[in-house]
Amino acid sequence: MNMIQNLPWLFLVLPLLVAAIDWLCFSKCPKTAATLSTLSAAATFGLCIAYLSGLQTGIPGVYVWMPTASAALDLHLGLITDDLAMRMMLVVTGIGLLVHIFSIGYMKGDSSNLSRYFAGLSIFMFSMSTIVLADNLAMTFIGWEMVGFSSYLLIGHWFHKASAADAAKKAFITNRVGDFGFLLGILLTIGVFGTLTFADMGNVSGTAVAPALLTAMVICLFCGAIGKSAQFPLHVWLPDAMEGPTPVSALIHAATMVAAGVYMMVRLQVSMGTEIFTETACLVISTVGAITAVMAAIIATQQDDIKRVLAYSTLSQLGYMVMAVGLLAGEAAMFHLYTHAWFKALLFLGAGAIIVCCHHEQDIWKMGGLAKRMPLTVLCFLMGTFALIAVPGFSGFFSKEAILDAAIVNHPTFFWIGAGVAAITTFYMTRLCLVAFLGSARDHGAEHATEAGPTMVLPLLLLAVMAIISGYGFMADKLVPAEGFTAPGFHFGFTFYVSLGALVLGLAAAIVVYGWGKRERDPLAGNFISKALRNRLYIDAIYDKLVIGGIQECGARIIEFIDFVVIRGLLVQGISWLVGRFGVLLSWLQCGSLRAYSCITGLGLLIIIIIIAL
Amino acid sequence: MTIPLAHYLIFSGILFSIGLAGVLIRKNILVVFMCLEMMLSAANISLVAFSRAQGTNGIPVYDAQVLSLFIVAIAAAEVSIGLALIVAMFRATRSVDSTSLNTLKD
Repeated sequence: MNMIQNLPWLFLVLPLLVAAIDWLCFSKCPKTAATLSTLSAAATFGLCIAYLSGLQTGIPGVYVWMPTASAALDLHLGLITDDLAMRMMLVVTGIGLLVHIFSIGYMKGDSSNLSRYFAGLSIFMFSMSTIVLADNLAMTFIGWEMVGFSSYLLIGHWFHKASAADAAKKAFITNRVGDFGFLLGILLTIGVFGTLTFADMGNVSGTAVAPALLTAMVICLFCGAIGKSAQFPLHVWLPDAMEGPTPVSALIHAATMVAAGVYMMVRLQVSMGTEIFTETACLVISTVGAITAVMAAIIATQQDDIKRVLAYSTLSQLGYMVMAVGLLAGEAAMFHLYTHAWFKALLFLGAGAIIVCCHHEQDIWKMGGLAKRMPLTVLCFLMGTFALIAVPGFSGFFSKEAILDAAIVNHPTFFWIGAGVAAITTFYMTRLCLVAFLGSARDHGAEHATEAGPTMVLPLLLLAVMAIISGYGFMADKLVPAEGFTAPGFHFGFTFYVSLGALVLGLAAAIVVYGWGKRERDPLAGNFISKALRNRLYIDAIYDKLVIGGIQECGARIIEFIDFVVIRGLLVQGISWLVGRFGVLLSWLQCGSLRAYSCITGLGLLIIIIIIAL
Repeated sequence: MTIPLAHYLIFSGILFSIGLAGVLIRKNILVVFMCLEMMLSAANISLVAFSRAQGTNGIPVYDAQVLSLFIVAIAAAEVSIGLALIVAMFRATRSVDSTSLNTLKD
């Protein structure tokens, strides 16, 4: 056994070890904990760079965790180190490292336990690496649950705040719904392929299996992605997850964890082969993605909280990726995932810097004039915005183009939906920038805002650079998580002009409505559409009524019945009643008459004698 | 002339029945107590009768007679406790009526 062979295991062992040390040894010493966590992120990032620049260590060792009767079904822990996994690891560790550095500045002066925070980040890095590097679906599922757990920890970091604690619960429980489907999908996968190992799936031909079964399997597996990647109808947890610290939102709820669903689906497409994805399944996946993209983009136009605008924009972009997965354009999906990770992390960290500098003010209508006060941060934020709204030349432009290109070939309906969403995206992002950065400050927080500290600006600058250049061939060809990827570059076709049109349309509409930073209130607010959008189209309310009011109430009634009637009524009180009645019945024996007692004693004796005699 | 075993047993039975009837019927606890002693004596009589009947060549089986001696000794001990209780009871309630012993029930 070669030690060097097992080098990739460091991706998992290092963060886990650091998380344990942070929490167990340095829980009173947050500076050491922060340093350790950041160092571990840096080390994994360095290792990742080493692998991508050609380090070969052979196949890492496989550990059989739970042996079964058949070797194919053994639950084993193994790592996959192909381009898809390793390049995805670069996104995870790279953004992870920057978020660690940013956190040091962002969490400075926070009164909560920072060791717990950094331990949580490290646990997340461990869990996410497990998903990315897993060589079988069971291990993916383990990582899947662990990212859910770490997301729960980090959303609920300020757990004394009721809204944060609720959001953490909501995220965890909503994910459980999707995970149930995922688990069913894994069982169906065993049924279809007889194995969970990605490498062995290609050996089995899916053509012999009934298409309906394949459709069911793919859709069940997709349920996991619906939960984790916050697709309609399980998207409700992601906007609430913004209650967590902003760096966490950037790392987990924008760049990496929510993209895990897309990564998993692409991994399945690569290992199972796209022919397994039946037409129906693909249509379901694309439709879910398209619905999410449109709905989230529309809701984002009427959000006032800077983080919530970004959260809905994340939903919408994830919808794009899922749509691309459904169009069997895994490469385009991964390309968008990769560019989105950089620019959305940038946007979130930028928003975090703005929030800190405005003294924890998140309402964009209380900001204003920030461009003059913190030009560097705003500049970086603008770079992220340009990438998100797909200004030609920025990274997001190339990846969105790739998805739209795939859509126009496979399914023109989705192409027009995608173009429409692009226009709305431009509209709400321009709205955010116009309102928050131009004009004059509308509140004290924004009046006294100054540039953020170096640990916060440095990650922003690096991410801004990535947001600009990561879409070009010289970066993308080496870094996009897909085998043998080549960046599309500029080509002035139909899609180019349509997305340019969407961009101009969105920009123009936003400038017409919101002016050049002169508006004090949202001119679109007040009517019933705006009210519906601000209430998230009442989806959360419906869930409250139907799921919590319906299922939970129904369950509560059943449990109440069991508790009160069966356990309390029949078992506890019933037995006591029975014994009591029996006692009353027997109490006539206690008549207080000596003669009666002796009579009974005599009779009893007689009975005993008769029994013995017989 | 020897008296047959049956006569002893009939006598013992009658004595036992009278004792039992007394225990069940009489109110006066002293009488009840004496009836109890009578029942013990009835048992003694049948034991001694058996001992004679089972013997060979005029030598009885002494086991039964030993047992009856034990019963006499225990009865004596019981009487001493019983009478002491009755005296105590009389001191407490100024009566020896067994029907008045129902304070626990009320």
